[in-house]
Amino acid sequence: MQWETVIGLEIHTQLLTRSKIFSGAPTAFGAEPNTQACPVDLGMPGVLPVLNRRAVELAVRFGTAIGAEIARRSVFARKNYFYPDLPKGYQISQYELPVVGRGAVEISLEDGSTKTIGVTRAHLEEDAGKSLHEDFQGMTGIDLNRAGTPLLEIVSEPDMRSPAEAVAYARKIHQLVRYIGISDGNMQEGSFRMDANVSVRPRGQHALGTRTELKNLNSFRFLEKALAFEVERQVEVIESGGAVVQETRLYDADRDETRPMRGKEEANDYRYFPDPDLLPLEIDTAFIAAATRDLPELPDARRRRFVSQYGLKDHDAGVLTASRELADFFEEVTEVCGEARLAATWVMGDLAAALNRTALEIQGSPVDAAMLGGLLQRILDETLSGKIAKQVFEAMWAGEGTADEIIQARGLKQISDSAELEAIVDEVIAANPKQVEQFRAGKEKLLGFFVGQVMKATRGQANPKQVNALLRKRLQG
Amino acid sequence: MHQFSLARLAAGLAAGEFSSRELTAHFLDRIERHDPRLNAFVTVTRDAALAQAGAADARLRAGEAGPLTGIPLAHKDIFCTEGVRTSCASRMLDGFTAPYDATVVERLKAAGMVMLGKTNMDEFAMGSSSETSWYGPVKNPWDPARVPGGSSGGSAAAVAARLAPAATGTDTGGSIRQPAALCGLSGLKPTYGRVSRWGMIAFASSLDQGGPMARSAEDLALLLPAMAGFDERDSTSSPEPVPDYPAQLDEDVKGLRVGLPREWFREGLDAGVAASIEEARRVLEGLGVVFRDIDLPNSALAVPAYYVVAPAECSSNLARYDGVRYGYRCEAPRDLEDLYRRSRSEAFGAEVKRRIMMGTYVLSAGYYDAYYLKAQKIRRLIADDFRAAFAEVDLILGPTSPTRAFRLGEKTADPVTMYLSDIYTIAVNLAGLPGLTVPAPMAGGLPVGLQLVGDYFQEGRLLNLAHRLQRTTDWHLATPPGFD
Amino acid sequence: MSLQHSDVEKIARLAHLALNGDEADAYATELSGILDLVAQMERADTTGVTPMAHPLDMPQRLRPDEVTEGDRRDFYQAIAPATERGLYLVPKVID
Repeated sequence: MQWETVIGLEIHTQLLTRSKIFSGAPTAFGAEPNTQACPVDLGMPGVLPVLNRRAVELAVRFGTAIGAEIARRSVFARKNYFYPDLPKGYQISQYELPVVGRGAVEISLEDGSTKTIGVTRAHLEEDAGKSLHEDFQGMTGIDLNRAGTPLLEIVSEPDMRSPAEAVAYARKIHQLVRYIGISDGNMQEGSFRMDANVSVRPRGQHALGTRTELKNLNSFRFLEKALAFEVERQVEVIESGGAVVQETRLYDADRDETRPMRGKEEANDYRYFPDPDLLPLEIDTAFIAAATRDLPELPDARRRRFVSQYGLKDHDAGVLTASRELADFFEEVTEVCGEARLAATWVMGDLAAALNRTALEIQGSPVDAAMLGGLLQRILDETLSGKIAKQVFEAMWAGEGTADEIIQARGLKQISDSAELEAIVDEVIAANPKQVEQFRAGKEKLLGFFVGQVMKATRGQANPKQVNALLRKRLQG
Repeated sequence: MHQFSLARLAAGLAAGEFSSRELTAHFLDRIERHDPRLNAFVTVTRDAALAQAGAADARLRAGEAGPLTGIPLAHKDIFCTEGVRTSCASRMLDGFTAPYDATVVERLKAAGMVMLGKTNMDEFAMGSSSETSWYGPVKNPWDPARVPGGSSGGSAAAVAARLAPAATGTDTGGSIRQPAALCGLSGLKPTYGRVSRWGMIAFASSLDQGGPMARSAEDLALLLPAMAGFDERDSTSSPEPVPDYPAQLDEDVKGLRVGLPREWFREGLDAGVAASIEEARRVLEGLGVVFRDIDLPNSALAVPAYYVVAPAECSSNLARYDGVRYGYRCEAPRDLEDLYRRSRSEAFGAEVKRRIMMGTYVLSAGYYDAYYLKAQKIRRLIADDFRAAFAEVDLILGPTSPTRAFRLGEKTADPVTMYLSDIYTIAVNLAGLPGLTVPAPMAGGLPVGLQLVGDYFQEGRLLNLAHRLQRTTDWHLATPPGFD
Repeated sequence: MSLQHSDVEKIARLAHLALNGDEADAYATELSGILDLVAQMERADTTGVTPMAHPLDMPQRLRPDEVTEGDRRDFYQAIAPATERGLYLVPKVID
């Protein structure tokens, strides 16, 4: 039997606000436990929520970026369940009327084709706190610093047909939320969390199979591995005559397997109802306009522009628009040096390699765009050969200054002065009479030997094009 | 001094006839002497009260006093008071000292009012008799064998017995108006959103509203401006400006159109109460008020809808009491579930648990539409009934409660009977309208309350008519025997 | 509408309330009585009626994104039943 995989993702992304979604407590990561939890976050008696404007603006930015309808009226609801990290005994979320309606994103597949993945909805909600299971006399410790942090939950359609597509979609959303500045997307800090709904069905069957929900997928690699394991598990269950049970499963990265969650509340009955402490959220055209005024060019549009404006290959344009910072960097280098393709080669080549080697993000690069552009200028005006330029780049990376400063300090300026080069060429010819004879007898490949000798004499600083021309002229003369 | 109106107290303080310290000590002494019979207070803050009174005296001397500076009052123990136990009359919060002041508390404190203590109530404001308190029932000063009404029964008993010149209350389904009526007081439930709910422990958030309880409409008019107004900490707080209520008190009421809902004068209404309301109506007619019968066709559905909406919200609002961050925690919990279940079961009383169960049920999967959604639709019908009525009349008049104060224990066995004692007040909460009760003539030695309902934010009109009534009658001046 | 013993047990589980002895039966009787009262709602034709979640016809007000709350942990935890190293303690939670 041929099986088809059906995957939908729910992504929780933490919104970049200073204060919490319903209180004035700070959202900074890494504070001492419970030092960023005010009475509202602690669910004290008598406290009330007031909605953070910025959180709404950021949700609107996302909705606009995926071409979704922004609900003119949306409603906050209470999702009721007990858990020690949920102080009020309910989570304020949006249920029937979310702020962001149906939208879509395009993903690129490995075979070079593209596919549209539907986004069902995105809604605002508050995060819960954290349970710390280290031993406190056999107790669990509760830290409520994270409680009330604003989240946007982005729910996809079950449009993905393989773990690879799911990863491509997740990466796309990750790229987008960072691009439009609504989230830092930091997965280690829990700012971008993924849950997956997965089922299998015989190819050609329309009805969906029974799905399981996978939780605790905190990296793209784990997402792919967990899905791969789960698809295989479900197929095995069905092929051995069993039935998939609808349940929530946790991915265990150490064992690379998924297993059912224990101790989860029986058949969750969340008893959603509109939160009487909050009124309907109304968003008008002016609010949307203000929230999206400084929305940057989106990655897909920018990629297409890089192809048409700079003549880049689509793949390269894709690499260079992977993050807003990288794309900005590339465009600044191009502006400084005036040659997009050379800029692309260097950004994706030497710069990317150096970043990779030192595990730095583009924002932390010791060689900034102006410096790299300055280096490329010296290649274009033939001050530097490509080979010497690499040395200069390494020196810039090591903090020795700008390209011009390094060229000056190390005396690396390419020798393009004809008279000076002619003298050196003449010396080389005079010093190697035997090879001159052989060359003249037809052994043309000896030209390389002479070029090498000239380069050696100039410590690589001679302009190779000029050296070639001069040697030919002298040797044939 | 304990018979003085707020205006008279303010004048005495301003003239130096007595100091706030003397006044405060006088009421503290009365509490000490009389409250053991009534159980109106759960906490008396003697030292803090005298200190606040001292500060008020300094303000009075410095000429920085407002109309309420130096006047004592009591807060219902549902309002959070920083540094003072806020129990909601529940074992759950018996050990809870609030880390902040409710907006109402903060504002009255800023106005210079002196807090005498916190008053007893039905546990978490769930009840109509003040019998469900962890600290025992409150007695009605008119007859200690009878209930003072509820849930703000402690505030009502305290003011009626002249243990405090005024008190705060909260009203979710009649909890200010019904006890005020049963104790012979004036009490106002403002328009929903008029008074901030910040720091007022939630029972049913879309219905709860704080308000003043005192001995006259004039006193209410002085208190309301100090309590009301926009609060940025409450999303449901209205930005509507607060009018000068005292300035409106004496306006002429000639030609005022007042509606009498036919549905409020049918079976179930005690004959003594009906006669008393009729007598008050005739007095108002004498002042030029024009009466006409009106219909509120969905009145009978108010109590059923309320007992879906209020428990639903309460079941969620009370989920935070889990024994983790504050409040009661059971001894030696075996595991997390045991911690939750025992803490909640040991610390909540029967009525609270009943409503949590009821609310959990009506919100649960498969029942939401039949109960919760249906109730919300009926809520709309009820609000629409009032809207239609206010197109024809300026105010609505009727009884506050179908009966006079009933005996302790009389209705505790059957919750439904108890629920029906709020039959005339509940619709007003569902619609979010302002409602006021003032004493009508006593019947059989027990007070009777006359209810006035106005359109949204028409508190001024309610107070005006009530004050004009009290200018020509003395029903509101009656003092329970033994407390004069 | 009358509730069964099992309904009451399910509700109590959701509400995290313990039922001792014959409490479940008592609740079944009481809650059934309240549900009979509530059942009067069925008399109303509510076809096409918009549910009213709230008495105020007002949109949600938005708060500026400003930090207004400082660290007052020790103060807030002074009323907590059990804390250690700034954490609230509960019996061990198993995922």
